Amino acid sequence: MTDNGRGEIETRSEISLRVNDVDYRVAVDNRRTLLDAVRDDLGLTGTKKGCDHGQCGACTVLLGGRRVLSCLTLAVAAEGAAVTTVEGLAGDGELRPIQEAFVRLDGFQCGFCTPGQLCSAVGMLAEHAAGWPSAVTRDGSPERTPELTEEEIRERMSGNLCRCSAYPSIVRAILEASAREAVAG
Amino acid sequence: MNPDGITAAVGESRPRIEGRLKVTGAARYTADVPVAGLAHGWVVTATVSRGRIRDIDAGEALAQPGVLGVLDHRNARRLNPDAGQYFGPDRSLPLLQDEVVAYAGRPIALVVAETPEQARAAAATVRVTYDAEPHDIEFSLAHPAARPASTLFGPEADTGDLEAELAASALVVDEVYHTPEENHSAMEPHVATAWWQDGHLHALDSDQGPFGISQVMASLFLIDPERAHIRAEHVGGGFGGKTVCGPQLILAAMAAEHFGRPVRVALTRRQVFLATGSRPPTEQRVRIGADADGRFRAVHHHAAFALSPLAEYIEWCTEQARTLYAAPAIRTELTAVPLDLLPPCSMRGPGATPGSFAFESAVDEVAERLGIDPLRLRLLNQPEVGPVSGRPFSSRRLVACLQEGARRFGWAQRDPRPRVRREGDLLVGTGVAAVAFIAGVFPSSATITAETDGTFSVRIGATDIGTGARTALIAVAADALGVGVERIRMHIGDSDLGMAAGAGGSRGTTSCAFAIVETAKALREKLAGATTPVTASVDTTPLINWRPDEDRYTYSAVFAEVTVDVATGEVRVRRLLGMFAVGRVINPLLARSQLIGGMIGGLSMALHEEGVRDPVTGRLVTADFAGYHISAHADVPGIEADFVADYEPQDPSGFNGLGEIGNAGVAAAIANAVWHATGTRHRTLPISLGRVVESVAAQDRPQAVGVA
Ligand code: FES
Ligand code: FES
Repeated sequence: MTDNGRGEIETRSEISLRVNDVDYRVAVDNRRTLLDAVRDDLGLTGTKKGCDHGQCGACTVLLGGRRVLSCLTLAVAAEGAAVTTVEGLAGDGELRPIQEAFVRLDGFQCGFCTPGQLCSAVGMLAEHAAGWPSAVTRDGSPERTPELTEEEIRERMSGNLCRCSAYPSIVRAILEASAREAVAG
Repeated sequence: MNPDGITAAVGESRPRIEGRLKVTGAARYTADVPVAGLAHGWVVTATVSRGRIRDIDAGEALAQPGVLGVLDHRNARRLNPDAGQYFGPDRSLPLLQDEVVAYAGRPIALVVAETPEQARAAAATVRVTYDAEPHDIEFSLAHPAARPASTLFGPEADTGDLEAELAASALVVDEVYHTPEENHSAMEPHVATAWWQDGHLHALDSDQGPFGISQVMASLFLIDPERAHIRAEHVGGGFGGKTVCGPQLILAAMAAEHFGRPVRVALTRRQVFLATGSRPPTEQRVRIGADADGRFRAVHHHAAFALSPLAEYIEWCTEQARTLYAAPAIRTELTAVPLDLLPPCSMRGPGATPGSFAFESAVDEVAERLGIDPLRLRLLNQPEVGPVSGRPFSSRRLVACLQEGARRFGWAQRDPRPRVRREGDLLVGTGVAAVAFIAGVFPSSATITAETDGTFSVRIGATDIGTGARTALIAVAADALGVGVERIRMHIGDSDLGMAAGAGGSRGTTSCAFAIVETAKALREKLAGATTPVTASVDTTPLINWRPDEDRYTYSAVFAEVTVDVATGEVRVRRLLGMFAVGRVINPLLARSQLIGGMIGGLSMALHEEGVRDPVTGRLVTADFAGYHISAHADVPGIEADFVADYEPQDPSGFNGLGEIGNAGVAAAIANAVWHATGTRHRTLPISLGRVVESVAAQDRPQAVGVA
């Protein structure tokens, strides 16, 4: 809460959010998370709340292309940054390769963790392409892009829980789609 | 059979019909559906395990911006104290009725405000004082309050002369096994939005069977069952945890009535742990007597589980003992221990999952002590007919599961000696377990309309909580009607669609498939020469044979390879193979996903999951995903699940359920593999780092080092 100079406590702020290439102007409770803002203020309910606590990954979105937990991000702190949610992954009615692979290979069951898995996978592939090592990367030298093995994917995706435990199909879908995703960018 | 020249849909792998909606974020789960004029409820839970509420001071909360009010036992409407569900009256259902607190985590107030932030902030200011009373959460089989469990599932087994057969046995294994309290942890927390209109209750609820839930709500609120309308279109997992009428729905309905507007109650993750039922802890004593050649003479499985005095419940751990192996004497005993806990709730593979851990570990101990290959021991003791029932099996392909699994896993090459395979710091071992899981159907009704445009509208109160029910039932309907799947319009997830089995007991899809097949039959008779639209409805209640003369089960054999890090105590599963006999498979792609998911649930149970309560306060201390670890990507190796050819004669289409059998057996296979790796038996789950390190350290003293 901030004092507005007239001795009143301001609990709301008007902010600009850029989500899936669309600009929004919304007044939000200062306590509102980015997760609740995209869901309840923008009506983009694809992003899910599994714990509201940074422990499950269901709320993963891309902020400036990097994966973040939207439940741990205040909406006011995302002002001005480009946000991508699951609704923004597909282009013009076409599923993007990773989405198509999830459907075809059954990379989900209830589908509740899926928006987070998808956003996380897209962010993860970008991190990998940029050469970032993970805890299981044997040679972490900056000149080498680690090979994208199943082990690498599992390690890098471990922040996204799936209680239906579609894990093996998720890994298969990511691996299979990774080459086409790189092209799709 | 096939007038359209369409190939059969059943048996084909097809992606989920709602797949596109789920990967684009368009599938609407309960909390995603906008409702005009919505208010938000925030639950306040009890912090003592037993006692009385002295006062709830909501003064500060009521003064906060946006707060509409606070519901507690002093102003909430009265509910029917006798309402109940599957196991009879459940006294935990009527919330906010009095000042009594029977368990920690019980919802005792609901703060309702315009926004969730306001409700949450206000709820944090509610001051509750209690007159605490001493509580008892100390579970054990020997607890003085222990009593025989309900025999709703049938009488205990007691065949032959158990003590005489034990006395005549060359070897008797007599061991005690423990499994902890475990939480379903569906990724979608329980949430409901409710409103009232003209005396009718409408609600969107995250549950596993809206029809059954609508009946409970009607009873609880004392309204005509026709006036309770519950919808659950897309549900983010359940695993049993959403089979009971949840506090989110009861509180949302109470608040919606009180404040005269729609109210959403979303449980936080922590509240899901605290205020919704878990799998109860178990303590199980297994005695198996065998001849020197491995033939069983006596099987005795005595299992105890914790429950609440507020509601009956059965964790039927002893099912394996009565059907898996032949023995002249078999006795089962099931003991219930009432404690100051919330009522437990069936969790994936109830009974069979903890029960098979104990039982199939004990069977492995027989093999170990007699020096017999554990696979051979299991094959040696196969029964011709139900060992207790004396009835033939309608289909029993367990031997095929064991043999085919052994072949694929490479079991024949296995060195039986424990603690002889080392790879650096890792000890390596393999293990096996078998499972029988009871199968059947519950009554359901379906309605099918042949529309004028050539499509068929199928209406059935089924739910798809991730099982693939929607997709599977479309295939079943298409084949039963003899048309292509694209002509089927499937409507599920709404109590107004009529009485139907929920997604539970491994019976949701089988029960609904049965109703659809019978309805399709009736429709095809009516259709001949008639002009569309034509509608047929069938209720399977009178068609179900409740006393079949054959035992109906599904079966599995699970094989595991583990590595155990001697330095850290970490157990990792390297390979997991499950072979399943589950009747005719409707959609192999989705069925395999469900079984693999179940197997990972079993892996998680074996190695990670443990609900821990503070003995002083009785409160659950592991009420989030940091304290309660469920398997993550990095815990899960490549897993294989496959089917042996099977057909269930008791079902018109040859189907059986497979929602739960994947979980059962895995913990025993892993525990048996850990023994093979380390030479140490783990009789308490989970097989966590600390437990392994202690036992490995004991073995690693110089005189005890195994052959490297
Ligand atoms: S909802 Fe954000 S991590 Fe779980
Ligand atoms: S698909 Fe259900 S939680 Fe991942």
